[in-house]
Amino acid sequence: MRLIGKQEIEDIAIGAALLGTGGGGDPYIGKLMALQAIEENGPVKLLDVDELPDDALVVPSAMMGAPTVMVEKIPSGEEAVGAFESLQKYLGKEVYATMPIEAGGVNSLLPFALAAQLGLPVVDADGMGRAFPELQMVTFYLEGVPATPMVLADEKGNNSVLNTVNNVWAERIARSATVEMGGSVMLSIYPMDGKTVKRSSIHHILKLEEQIGRTIREAKTHNYNPITEVLKLTDGYKLFQGKVVDVDRKTETGFARGTATIEGVEEYQQDELYLRFQNEHLLAETKDKTLCMTPDLIAVLDSDTGMPITTEGLRYGARCTVIGMPAHSKWRTDKGIETTGPRYFGYDLDYLPVEQLVEKEEA
Amino acid sequence: MANYRIGIDVGGTHTDAVILDDSYNVIAQTKAPTSTDVSSGIYQALHEVVKTSKVDVRNINYAMLGTTHCTNAIVERKRLNDIAIIRIGAPATLAIKPLLSVPDDLKAILGKHSYIVKGGHEFDGREITELDEEDLYRIANEIKGKVDSVAITSVFSPVTKKHEERAAEIIIEILGDDVAVSLSSEIGNVGLLERENATILNAAVVNVAKSTADGFIQALEQEGIEADVFFGQNDGTLMSVEYTVRYPILTIACGPTNSLRGAAYLSNKSNTLVIDVGGTTTDIGVLVNGFPRQSSLAVEIGGVRTNFRMPDIMSVGLGGGTIIQVHEDQTFQIGPHSVGYRLQEKALIFGGDTLTTTDVIVGLGKAKLGDPAKVAHLDKALLENIYAKMVGMVEEALDKMKTSAEDMPVILVGGGSILLPEELQGASEVIRPENFGVANAIGSAISQVSGEVEKIFAMDDLGREQTIEVAKNMAKEEAINAGADPDQLVIVDLEYVPLAYLPGNATRIRAKAAGALKNTVGV
Repeated sequence: MRLIGKQEIEDIAIGAALLGTGGGGDPYIGKLMALQAIEENGPVKLLDVDELPDDALVVPSAMMGAPTVMVEKIPSGEEAVGAFESLQKYLGKEVYATMPIEAGGVNSLLPFALAAQLGLPVVDADGMGRAFPELQMVTFYLEGVPATPMVLADEKGNNSVLNTVNNVWAERIARSATVEMGGSVMLSIYPMDGKTVKRSSIHHILKLEEQIGRTIREAKTHNYNPITEVLKLTDGYKLFQGKVVDVDRKTETGFARGTATIEGVEEYQQDELYLRFQNEHLLAETKDKTLCMTPDLIAVLDSDTGMPITTEGLRYGARCTVIGMPAHSKWRTDKGIETTGPRYFGYDLDYLPVEQLVEKEEA
Repeated sequence: MANYRIGIDVGGTHTDAVILDDSYNVIAQTKAPTSTDVSSGIYQALHEVVKTSKVDVRNINYAMLGTTHCTNAIVERKRLNDIAIIRIGAPATLAIKPLLSVPDDLKAILGKHSYIVKGGHEFDGREITELDEEDLYRIANEIKGKVDSVAITSVFSPVTKKHEERAAEIIIEILGDDVAVSLSSEIGNVGLLERENATILNAAVVNVAKSTADGFIQALEQEGIEADVFFGQNDGTLMSVEYTVRYPILTIACGPTNSLRGAAYLSNKSNTLVIDVGGTTTDIGVLVNGFPRQSSLAVEIGGVRTNFRMPDIMSVGLGGGTIIQVHEDQTFQIGPHSVGYRLQEKALIFGGDTLTTTDVIVGLGKAKLGDPAKVAHLDKALLENIYAKMVGMVEEALDKMKTSAEDMPVILVGGGSILLPEELQGASEVIRPENFGVANAIGSAISQVSGEVEKIFAMDDLGREQTIEVAKNMAKEEAINAGADPDQLVIVDLEYVPLAYLPGNATRIRAKAAGALKNTVGV
């Protein structure tokens, strides 16, 4: 167990933006919420997964909705309190700790805001090791953990407990309820006991995010290349470097889909990279080669500072470096690839791990 | 009879002024040192340019000023208004209070009266909850006599500004007409915290803008000039005095924009790179359809994150007054310090004791300035090395600003641009237009008037094409209200971003229209 204060939150926010692979919402909002809650209530306890009693009730917390709504209609902070109370009443058991369901963006830091407010610890684990756009795209689902009973809560005080036949239904009902509730809601979801958390989650993800954030933050003062160091921390590969020359966006089935074209510089000068995204970056390819594909992680970093750039922030003229990082082994199983692999997102490709794609390239 | 206009632009080193006739010919130009208080430098430049032009001051109809007053007030935390901050959105938004991310020294000045009131809207225009008018009356009575400026920000006011407008009515009802009210819907875009910050900064510099405008108008009157006065804003277009006093925050970063616009006009090019070499820095920007390409990042002003659109400018520490240190082993360092406007006394060629970039080019015979004999003793090989490094610095920055490997035309402007050669790596041609030294003041003088709209639209209601048309017309209407000639309006910027997770194909559309002032020729 250790305490998470304001500096740790700042660092986790940068790491969260990077592992958010372009999506996951603006970590800035989650960061400020956590900072205010810690300022008002003191630091938050971060528990190692091993410290968790097997029978403890752990309830991950997250926001769901449009990132554009979240940056405008900032949460009240009371949503999650209401959601937790409803769930405790429903299950007849006290919540022991909370945790993020995804490492990416806003949702990696929200649990800290909530935990500071309720005096609960946060478990150093999540259900993605990155960000994904749908509720069933979590390792909990791969391990057969149901998403429900889950609670959706808004700032107006509405909250609804959902019990669904499976996680796909949970996603469907939650999404349309979210629109009615104002485009962005707080979720208490995938309630689990400690034993299930140990089995089904991705461990030490917050620690990794903190390390990534600190590495990028200190690069300037310590005078090293942040991107090289991040690649070491994440076992990642540099895929491309260049300038964004075109961003083609369209909304299909509620998601911001699109392709960013990045024109190469330096050793990539004669080449172009096509970055396909659906909220998150899902596929990086050049004219004749695939370089990295979901569920492996693709992050776009500012070439100078190493700071991550989101899909919404991808703009004409942005000078960036694209990196690929291997996904957690849970995602590389048959079920993992079926749930989040290239075919699920409509790309007619067989999944190949980034290390194979890159090594083929180098061979 | 000829009509004239004055353009003035305040830079870090010099304050430049020009007088143009109604065909935009340069009649007179001058450079005065930028003073610490900014104003006296402006008055000096104004006085000199009027004097040298010999035009009949009664024929000067327009005066355009691009100034750094507001930026300086925020950065130095001086002369700021006593403000109140009112956010409308509770119970939403309580998790992040106003000014949370703002530096402590500024928070202490601006955060004395900060409130969050019930109200605000959803993304689709529904009310989150009814506006708490009773609370607003209570707040108004509490702040009465304590503040002279109020910043009001309501959730989703870019979609509907009803609650902001009602709150403003209540504030004015209790505090009277003299209180300045800044509404976020008229200042920023979607993104509550950044828009609120911009609105707070705006409220804080209202008095600075007022006294700047009053001072400028008085200075004009002293010269016998009765002209329509306009201020430059950071998108390269103009604001009336009335508008400037309401939205002073929009003047921030108008300087680099003026240079880019001036360069576009002088060279008659609209899609190029522009290099503006001043006394202390070289600023590189990109012209897209005659306007500066905008930065894609959140912009910080005095440590405050805002969501302004700012020109995408890369600054390099190289100007005409940049100091060069030569070490004993013949290695050297260029800048970042500069002798600034004291070049005339500090540089070697003017009898000073400091080696500057200007001395280097004179020593190499690349420019005729001052007394070349005073740099004749310097080692030519060393000077060549320094010069190569200077050019290399600019070429590298140029490459970073380009959007493709293809060579692009480059326009060189600014008083310090004599530092650079006729050929640059990455440039298809290097254009050095006439009057390059005062391109910024010219840019200020020829500025157009614009109108902008940014809103979330449900594309499904009218269809894509028609929705975009509606947005364009809203932008044009704004421009006409600001003084633009309806016949010369063009849409200069159009951007739409579909929003994830929202129904009705909700799309954020931003449109900007710009055109010449009524009764003047277009550019």
